[in-house]
Amino acid sequence: MEPSEHGPAPDESQLPSPTLWPAGFAVGIAVVLVGLIVDPAVISSIGAVIAIVFGFLWARQATAELRGRPVAVEPETRELRAAAAAQARPAPTSTRFPRSRFLEAATLGLGGVIGGLVTLPVAGFAVLPSFLGQKRHEVDLGLLTAFPEGKWFIATFMTDPAEGEVSRRTAFVRNNGVVGNVPSFTLISNRCVHLGCPTQANGPTGAILGEKNVVEHTANGEILLRPVVPAGFGCPCHGSQFDTEGNRTAGPAVRALDRYAFEIRDGRVILLSTFSVSHVDGTGAQAKIFKYKQAGPGEHIDGPEQWLYPLQPPHH
Amino acid sequence: MALRRPPTKAELRREQMLSLVTYPLDWLEERSGLVGGVRYFLFRKVPGDINWMQTLGSATLTAFIVQAVTGVILAMYYQPTPHDAYSSIQNITDHVTMGWLVRGMHKWGASVFIILMFLHMGRVFLFGAYKYPRELNWIVGVLLLLMGMMEGFTGYLLPWDQTAYWASVVGINLNGTAPFLGPWLAQFLRGGQEIGADTLSRFYSIHMLVLPGAIIGLITLHLYLVVRLGVTSPPWSKEAAGTERPAAPSTVRQGLISPAQGEPGGSE
Repeated sequence: MEPSEHGPAPDESQLPSPTLWPAGFAVGIAVVLVGLIVDPAVISSIGAVIAIVFGFLWARQATAELRGRPVAVEPETRELRAAAAAQARPAPTSTRFPRSRFLEAATLGLGGVIGGLVTLPVAGFAVLPSFLGQKRHEVDLGLLTAFPEGKWFIATFMTDPAEGEVSRRTAFVRNNGVVGNVPSFTLISNRCVHLGCPTQANGPTGAILGEKNVVEHTANGEILLRPVVPAGFGCPCHGSQFDTEGNRTAGPAVRALDRYAFEIRDGRVILLSTFSVSHVDGTGAQAKIFKYKQAGPGEHIDGPEQWLYPLQPPHH
Repeated sequence: MALRRPPTKAELRREQMLSLVTYPLDWLEERSGLVGGVRYFLFRKVPGDINWMQTLGSATLTAFIVQAVTGVILAMYYQPTPHDAYSSIQNITDHVTMGWLVRGMHKWGASVFIILMFLHMGRVFLFGAYKYPRELNWIVGVLLLLMGMMEGFTGYLLPWDQTAYWASVVGINLNGTAPFLGPWLAQFLRGGQEIGADTLSRFYSIHMLVLPGAIIGLITLHLYLVVRLGVTSPPWSKEAAGTERPAAPSTVRQGLISPAQGEPGGSE
């Protein structure tokens, strides 16, 4: 369209003012999605209410013209334009419901609704399964008697034998004896808390020690226990070093090594979920472990940097 | 058409051969205008003093096409499951006829693609070809660079060997350390808490469907803008910037400039 052929350019003030309702609607949808993960009952309902209210206001404003409600405009401009329009071309026969406007709005509106109906479930399907219904694995490490007091083992096992080798994990295990009536274990995950590489025990294993590897067959398939005398643990990727309680002694790691929660069930050592540790005071059965919810590698869990990670995805 | 003398047999045959070629092209042109469009795209006017540096964009496009074609063929033999991925890669390399070649082209071509993107970017930067009115094409180019690097990241996991696995562990956890949304991004990339079957098939899908689709769309936009805005002269060009070049199609320039000039200062 050439402006010169059709009179002056469309007056800006004739157009509806930019509206904030769609933004509010989007915020509502976002709150619903966050709520589905965090707390479906409360937060999602709040989000739904926000979305419905803003959606209604949005639809109301968007259809104001179609429903015959005059849009708020500057009166002088309107008169001038009306006068100019009256002079320039014959008065329109029907101004309330121009069919072309209705069809334009219907096409865009229906297209938008259909697009939304298709996009929302697909987006949910793409994103939500990563966060919902995460499986919790327990690992049967075998009989308590396989772990002589004070000895370290490198235990490798599959958290889910059905899934295969990709679920293979390693833990450093030491029986600390009995505290009161409860057996005490140090169970350190070997995944480095810098970026997740496998840390290695710094010390002799197997033949050098003159000791044999132990293989246990449990509900989790084959469990390999390699005796080791570690001076600490080290990561081959970027050089982080940890002492035998998992405290960081050098390198880029941001906290102590993660640990496995455990319980003794029918005389067997059962590994539960992992948790994060900022640091450990003392050693063995006397260790005071500063526990935190499981966080990803490289994430600070204490100090001011913890505020960089305020909301963790659900974890088991 | 009136001929002064009857055509010789050789002339008739030549005419027949020519129409054999031109008839389908004319048929297509009459119904779609595609032949003219392609001719315009390939043989459009460019400044007389451009140089070989300005072929780096086409070289990058060629590298992408090589990646796309070899990738499609590799997808016919590759299996994105933890159990079969590595053995299917071994099969492609060792047993499928010419598999070693196609996989090699895809593997080394990936580096060529990234390197050419950076060289092309450097050329555009040093020639000042990102300046008005071509800023949008620079932005599209940056998006293409990001998509290319994401292709590299997702493709690296697919051989499913130790290097692939641990590099992806580190790469995903690196994303995970980004403030606020990092842990969520990492879990989304893994498709769960741990790397597993879902991670592999998800990376495969992103690598061969999501990103190539986006890249093709962005390349189309990139090329459209190149054709619309024209190719820049090198900075040492003798022709003063902004002057009318006799060789350049003046309509393109006028089409670009007149709407901005024709806009009235104020309404009424």
